[in-house]
Amino acid sequence: MIARLLIGAGLLALSAAPTVAQDFAITNATVATGDGSEPVQGATVIVRGGRIVAAGAGAAIPAGMQVIDGTGKWVTPGLFLAMTSLGLLDADGVGESNDTAARNSPFGAALDVVPALNPASQHVRVARDGGITRASVFPVPASSIFGGQGALVDLGADGDMVVRPRAFQLVALGEYGARLAGGSRTSAHAVLRNALREARQYGADSRVIPGGSRPATISTGDDIPIDTRLVDTQAERDDVLLTRFDAAALVPVVNGQQPLYVAVERESDIRSVLALRSEFPRLRLVLVGASEGWRAADEIAAANVPVIADPVDDLPSSFEQLAATQSNVGRMVRAGVKVALGGLAGTTGDQPRNLKQFAGNLVALTKVPGATGLSWGEAFAAITSVPAEISGLGSRAGVLAPGAAGDVVVWSGDPLENASAPERVFIDGVEQPRDGHQKRLGDRYRDLDESDLPKAYDW
Amino acid sequence: MNLLRLSVTTTCALALAACATTHSGETDASSATAAAIDKNPYPSTYRPYPGAPMALVGATVFDGAGGQIEGGTVLFEGGKIVAVGGPDLAVPAGYTRIEGAGKFVTPGIIDIHSHLGDYPTPSVEAHSDGNEATDPTTPEVWAEHSVWPQDPGFSRALANGGVTSLQILPGSANLMGGRSVTLKNVPARTVQGMKFPGAPYGMKMACGENPKRVYGGKGRMPSTRMGNFAVNRQTWLDAKKWVADGRKGRNLANETLAGVLDGEILIQNHCYRADEMALVLDMAREMGYKVTAFHHAVESYKIADLLKANDVCSAVWADWYGFKMESYDGIPENAAYLQNAGACVVIHSDDENGIQRLNQEAAKAQAAGRRAGIDISDAQVVRWLTLNPAAAMGIDGVTGSLAPGKMADVVLWNGNPLSVYSRPEKVWIDGALMYDANDLKRRPVSDFELGQPGEGDVK
Repeated sequence: MIARLLIGAGLLALSAAPTVAQDFAITNATVATGDGSEPVQGATVIVRGGRIVAAGAGAAIPAGMQVIDGTGKWVTPGLFLAMTSLGLLDADGVGESNDTAARNSPFGAALDVVPALNPASQHVRVARDGGITRASVFPVPASSIFGGQGALVDLGADGDMVVRPRAFQLVALGEYGARLAGGSRTSAHAVLRNALREARQYGADSRVIPGGSRPATISTGDDIPIDTRLVDTQAERDDVLLTRFDAAALVPVVNGQQPLYVAVERESDIRSVLALRSEFPRLRLVLVGASEGWRAADEIAAANVPVIADPVDDLPSSFEQLAATQSNVGRMVRAGVKVALGGLAGTTGDQPRNLKQFAGNLVALTKVPGATGLSWGEAFAAITSVPAEISGLGSRAGVLAPGAAGDVVVWSGDPLENASAPERVFIDGVEQPRDGHQKRLGDRYRDLDESDLPKAYDW
Repeated sequence: MNLLRLSVTTTCALALAACATTHSGETDASSATAAAIDKNPYPSTYRPYPGAPMALVGATVFDGAGGQIEGGTVLFEGGKIVAVGGPDLAVPAGYTRIEGAGKFVTPGIIDIHSHLGDYPTPSVEAHSDGNEATDPTTPEVWAEHSVWPQDPGFSRALANGGVTSLQILPGSANLMGGRSVTLKNVPARTVQGMKFPGAPYGMKMACGENPKRVYGGKGRMPSTRMGNFAVNRQTWLDAKKWVADGRKGRNLANETLAGVLDGEILIQNHCYRADEMALVLDMAREMGYKVTAFHHAVESYKIADLLKANDVCSAVWADWYGFKMESYDGIPENAAYLQNAGACVVIHSDDENGIQRLNQEAAKAQAAGRRAGIDISDAQVVRWLTLNPAAAMGIDGVTGSLAPGKMADVVLWNGNPLSVYSRPEKVWIDGALMYDANDLKRRPVSDFELGQPGEGDVK
């Protein structure tokens, strides 16, 4: 094993490619900036020092800058894949390679994906070859309702993929959370409330991180008042269920420094999540999943809570998804909810390349009577600028705007179309290699000629 | 789908359900001879629904056999295709004329690999009816005895995917999983009401990781790939002996295996790896049966010549990659390389979501080929979803292409079906209009969905 590790290190050193940001301009392309607007033809994108300088029809090219002819091509920001396990596995079904979940861990909220991330995973390459340049990576809750802390990453071919560590905490409610919490939603909510209170107390006790809040006056409207020990008080507690690590990890959640992503599907579960803020007013909530979000779209919009939704979910896969429909995203957007597409990891594993295709499906819906789809610009924003904004990267990713990261993809055509594919991918202005495992296999087996030597010599 | 799911019921390619109920007995008291065996004891009661004589005119027609007609005319009446031709084909009196300019016509889409009904939604434990995972070989079970006709997935496959016929297979826990059943995608109260009249049975076999994992995990044979082959070969030898001894006594397992040896039952073999497929082909030769199709055949491209020489179809996904060890060498050019070598290509789903977008999957596979310099026409690609699966299911004599006398299984698309922006507008099965995007009542709502949130939604 030691020998293997040494050999691995040697190979890594050999394969480390120079990562130099280029200054360049792409001209005369169809440009979609990702901000929700429709694509513009004959436009220019300028990248300098790893950042976007300009994008649009009238952008002036600095003298001496390398110019790439974009005639016939589409140019866009790199896609942002929200809620993926990219970097945490080599093959889902190969347990040894899979760091997405920790069923037997003593920890939950404290888990942090950062040290497990592997930018050399072939899945990262496959996604990058598909035009995805940034992502939010989450740990799957397994030992508790808390999955732990997800990270924002870039998919660049270099040794460091972390853009922002501990970018969010994930908690599962709904059916999945219920099972993890001991068998019911009632338990999941009790576990969650207890955890947040312990964290608040833990944070206050530490006197390091200011936080906490005063409890609201609670009126139950019935004859039996709630026992004060069941509601939030400043009283001493003696029921400590969290490990110190888990409690500490939840301090920034309860005081609003770190977003809390909540995985739920059912309409009633969504309402229960939104209600949490009456008890924990500083929570920065993001809904993940929300198959039935359209049933509570007005409430979600009023609460100003963004959503990361699986876009083509249309089956009653569970009792908490009875109202699932491909119109879910469109209806929430129409109601004023900020919706990103993501969380494609379903029963068939994480297939990030479907992101653009699924966005295209939402555009196709606009031609179906009774369905609610998205315009092209809206659909494209839902896989670029909107997930970037929800993640906290704001205007720094997912958009071709001055100052944003130089994540640029040159496509053979309309990126949402099945026939289109990236031809060149830049991350922070660095052009990315296209020679991963799949590409090499495809080249090797382009013919089956073994007349001189076995295929093993064909490399 | 659901981002977070305790995956106990849905099998598909990766996960596997374990528990099941009873094990069928081997013999009964009767000493029925082969001649007395009713080979069709659960006969189809499907009858085509009424339809008016239809003339689709002016659309681009892909006939499913590789032909393309611009401004084409498709005539059907009495449930059968009457004629297919160009603009000069006269529309007889009494036909309802549908103007198809700008639209496309294809045969009904056919999925050779589905678990709808056997793993229906909601995917709760009580619905886990696709793997009789109590014995490594269960040729005695029949998938039709598990099908729940109320699975909402059938309607999604119809409305979003234009699917008119599909083969329901048992899962892949077993080396020999049992008989498949081919259905017409019409709502019915009973499975017999969906059974495709005259379709031959298939038998599901599975290579590789799944059987050895399931039974190795139970501490019994097989726990290795060599164990897989040993159990398979002995089972075949026992069946051959039963046949040689005069087929004495009813034996449901041997009756299925004898049906395969007699060429009446088609082998549908889940098998990923090229080396393993080659071994299976040798086993088939050794035992005297034919493999009709390898399913999930992600490494078919490595042995396209061998598959062509053995006249075996490959049923593949467009780009599923790296979700288990035996899928690690998947490449998006797989289908195109097979086509280029003259081997039979089928695009399949194995998934209640993927079955709704088989047209898009085929388009992605086509595009990957084009990037590798292999240009496959749209008309040929449509064949991957129509005539080729029909042939591999033994029903190409009656469906799968738009040819006079064949079943009027027809889809009118609102654009090129290979575009992400296109959707089925109307779907006829045996000449009866079973789906119409413009008529909210012309879409099926299963018993399960009645009175539930989202009932009758466009989905």
